Amino acid sequence: MGEPLQIQVNGTRHFVAADPETPLLWVLREDLGLTGTKYGCGEGACGACSVLVGGNLRRSCQVPLRAAAGKAITTIEGLEQNGRLHPVQQAFLDAGAFQCACCTSGMIVAGVALLGQFPSPSPQQITQFLQGNICRCGTYPRIADAIARAAEAMRKARP
Amino acid sequence: MSEPRDTFVPEPERFEFTAAPVHHFDWTRRDFFKITGSGVAVILAVPRGADAQESGRGREFGHALPQEISAWLHIGEDGAVTVFTGKVEVGQNIRTSLAQSVADELRVPFESVRMVMGDTARTPWDMGTFGSRSTPTMAPQLRRAASALRDLLVELAAKRWNLAPGGLKANAARVADPASGRSATYAELASGQKLAQTIPAEDPVTPASQWTVTGQPLPKVYGRAFVTGRHQYTPDIRPEGVLCGKVLRAPAFGATLVSLDSREAQAMPGVTVVRDGDFVGVAAPRWRDAERALAALRAEWKTMPQPSRSEIFTYLKNNVEPGGERNARRETGSVDSALAAAPHRLAETYTVSYIAHAPLEPRAALAEWKDGSLTVWTGSQRPFAVRDELAAAFHLPEDRVRVIVPDTGSAYGGKHTGEAAVEAARIARAANRPVSLLWTREEEFTWAYFRPAGVIEVKSAATQDGRLLAWEFHNYNSGAAGIGTPYAVENQRVEYHPVRSPLRQGSYRALAATANHFARESHMDELARAVGMDPLEFRLKNLTDERLRAAFQAAAKAFGWPGKKERPGQGFGLGGGVEKAGYVATCAEVRVDRASAEVRVERVVTAFECGAIVNPDGLRNQVMGANIMGLGGALFEAVEFENGRVTNPRFSEYRVPRFQDVPQMDVVLLDRKDLPSAGAGECPIVGLAPAVANAIFDATGARLRALPLVPNGLKGLPL
Repeated sequence: MGEPLQIQVNGTRHFVAADPETPLLWVLREDLGLTGTKYGCGEGACGACSVLVGGNLRRSCQVPLRAAAGKAITTIEGLEQNGRLHPVQQAFLDAGAFQCACCTSGMIVAGVALLGQFPSPSPQQITQFLQGNICRCGTYPRIADAIARAAEAMRKARP
Repeated sequence: MSEPRDTFVPEPERFEFTAAPVHHFDWTRRDFFKITGSGVAVILAVPRGADAQESGRGREFGHALPQEISAWLHIGEDGAVTVFTGKVEVGQNIRTSLAQSVADELRVPFESVRMVMGDTARTPWDMGTFGSRSTPTMAPQLRRAASALRDLLVELAAKRWNLAPGGLKANAARVADPASGRSATYAELASGQKLAQTIPAEDPVTPASQWTVTGQPLPKVYGRAFVTGRHQYTPDIRPEGVLCGKVLRAPAFGATLVSLDSREAQAMPGVTVVRDGDFVGVAAPRWRDAERALAALRAEWKTMPQPSRSEIFTYLKNNVEPGGERNARRETGSVDSALAAAPHRLAETYTVSYIAHAPLEPRAALAEWKDGSLTVWTGSQRPFAVRDELAAAFHLPEDRVRVIVPDTGSAYGGKHTGEAAVEAARIARAANRPVSLLWTREEEFTWAYFRPAGVIEVKSAATQDGRLLAWEFHNYNSGAAGIGTPYAVENQRVEYHPVRSPLRQGSYRALAATANHFARESHMDELARAVGMDPLEFRLKNLTDERLRAAFQAAAKAFGWPGKKERPGQGFGLGGGVEKAGYVATCAEVRVDRASAEVRVERVVTAFECGAIVNPDGLRNQVMGANIMGLGGALFEAVEFENGRVTNPRFSEYRVPRFQDVPQMDVVLLDRKDLPSAGAGECPIVGLAPAVANAIFDATGARLRALPLVPNGLKGLPL
C-alpha cells in the first residue's frame, strides 16, 4: 500500500492510506465519509460523481487517488460557505431542479465548473457542457434554467 | 369518471404478486405510543375491500380479512404533526404532496408536518408505491384521518372550556372559541394526552375547491439536504465497521455454479467469502478490496443456450403460455363480419424492445444483524414485500426483520423486489458485520428486470367517412395495462397473450401502457391517413370520452395543430390516451436531416388532466420527466442480449436521453377541481412514443412500427 497520500478536500488536508490506484470516488465516500458524491456508472459516463480537481471538472470514478494527491479538490459538501448555499445550489432549490435528486450533486458541481468557464452561458453552452451528466428523472429543462438563474445571481453579486 | 375505489387489482405484470403474507396488526395503545410518544392520534382502519391496495393481499382478494391499519397521524405535546405511511419517496414528490393534504385538512402550517415513510417497524403495512395509487388512495385517507384528528382536538378544547364543540373553530394549529376569544394551540391540547382513536377510511371532507395548502406549488421538502449532498440514500449510510459486499455474477442468465475456488480471495486481508448454493458473495473493507476479492474467485459455470435479441419477436409469438387466453380477453359485437364488410381495412404489427429502468441509484442495501434480528436499509418501492422476502430467505418471523427505505434515487417501477437486500443480508450474516452492497451499473443493466418486450397485432376497419367499425388487438408478452381502446367501436376483440419471457421482466413506468398506446395510437394515425382524414379530426370523430377529448383539444391548441411545415424534414404527430385514471394528449414535432441521418424531436406539447391538482409544480416536473424518459424508449433505448448475456450493460453503450436530446417542452395542466385526484407518475409517458412515430411518418413517409424507432438515426430505414 505504501505511504499515505495527502489530498486536500474542501480546504482540509487528509492523509489516506489506500491503494494509489483507488478511484477518488471511493476515497471520498469510504475513507472521508463524503457521500454527497455518488456512484452512477464507474466509467465516467453519467456525471453523478463529478468533483472539481484543481478547479477542473472531473469524474471522480475516473481519477485515481495518486492523480488527485496534492491537488485541491472540491466536492458538493464544499460548496456551502458558512451556512450560505452556493448560488448554483440556491438556484437548484429555487427552480425545483431535481426529483429523486441522485444526479443533483454531480449536476451542481458541473454547473459550478460551467459558470467558472462561461460566466454568462448561452443555452447551447449549458446543454453542451452538461451533456455528460444524466438525469433519469428528466429534469433537464429545470436544471438548465437553474444554471441560467445562478449565472444571473452571480453576475449581480459581482462588484 | 373516477375509478371505483374498491376494484383495484394489480396488473399481472406488476412484478411477482405471489407473496401473500399473513399479517397481524395487534397494535395496542402501548405499542402505539412507544413509537409516537404522548399526544393525540388517529389511526386509520381500512375495512376489507374498501381499498385493495392498502388492505389487499395480492392473491387473497375476496377472502375475509381483519380490519387493518393503513396509516396514522399523531400530534405531539410539542405540536409536531407526524404522519406514518408505508408509501415511499422515489422522486415522485409524494412526501411533499401527502404532507400538503394533511396540513390542509388538519389546518396546520405545511412546515409542521413530518412524514415517516416506508419503515416496516414504524409504519403500517402497505402493498407498495406503484400503480399511480398514492395520490388517489393514500391522500384522501390521510385527509380523513387529519379531519378526525382535528375534530378530536376540538372536542378536547370543548371539554377543557366546558362548551359544546359546535361553536369552536380550528385554524392555524389552534382551536378558538370565537364567542369568548379564548384559544388553545394543538400542542397545549395534546399535552399530557395518550389518546388514540381509530376511524374508518372514508372520503375526505374538504372539497378541492376549498383546499388552501393542497393545489399550491410548494417546493419539495428536504430540498436543502439534496442540493448540499447531505441526504443519505441507502449507499450513503455507513455505520461503524461497515463492509463492502459484492456478489459473484454468473456469466449468463440461468447459469449454475459447478465449482468454486475461493482460496486466493479468502487469503486477502479482511475478506470473507460466502457460498450458499449458486450464490457467492464477498465482503471486504472497501469497494476496491471487494472488487479484487471478486476477481480472485475462480468459478466454473454451466450455461444453457438461450434466445437472442435478433429472434426475440418470433420467440415471443411462438411461446405463448398455455391457458394464457383466459387473461384479459374482451370481445364485443362481431369483429370478423365487420372486418369483412368494411370499405377501409388495415392490419399491422408493432413491436417493442426490452428496456431498462436504469435508475441513477442502482439497487442497494445495507444489512445489519443484531441478536438474531435483521435491519435492512434499501431503495425499494415495496418495503413490506422486501421484509417478507427477507423473512422467507432467512427463516425468520416477520417481527425480527425491519426494512427501512430512505428517500431513494428513483425507481420507475424497477424496484419492486429485494435482491440487493437479500444479498447484503446473506453476506452480512457470514461476515458478522454490517454490509453495504451497491450494484454496479453493469449489474443493474443485467440482473434487474426489464420492461417487457412485446409483439402487438392490430386489425381495424373504418367507414368511408372515418367511423371506426372494427378493432382487433393482440398483445404478446408486453402486458395488459392500457390494452383497451378509449375510442368508440362496436366490434372489438382485445386480448393479452402472456409469454414465458426469456429475460426477467416486470413493472416499468406505466407498464404495458407505453407499448399498447404506441401500437394503438400509431395505428389510429395509419387509419386516419387511409381514410384521408386529419389524425386529430379522426380521433375526435371516434371519441366520446369528454375528458380525453378535452386533453386532445388542449394539446392541439397549445401546439398549433395541424402545424405548418416551414422547413424540409419537419413533421408533426400526436398521440394520447387514458391510463391510471389520467388523461393525456401529446403533440410532437420532429426534424429529420437526411444528410446527417439524424432524427430530432424538436418540440413536445403535453396536455394532462388528473382530476384536482395536488401540487402543480411537482406535477409539471413529473409530466416533463415522463416525456423525457419516454424519448429514450421511443427513439433509441433497447437492451441488447445474446445467448443469456446483456451486451450493452453500460451508459456508454445503452443510450439514455441527455441534455442535447431535450426538445422544447410545453405542459398544459387541466385542473378539474370537481374530480378526484389521480396519480401522475405514469400516464403522461404514454402519448410520447406514438406522437413521435407519427411525426416521423409525417416528415418522411416512413411508417416505423418498432420501438425504439430510430436507434441508428435514419440509417437502414425504408426511405
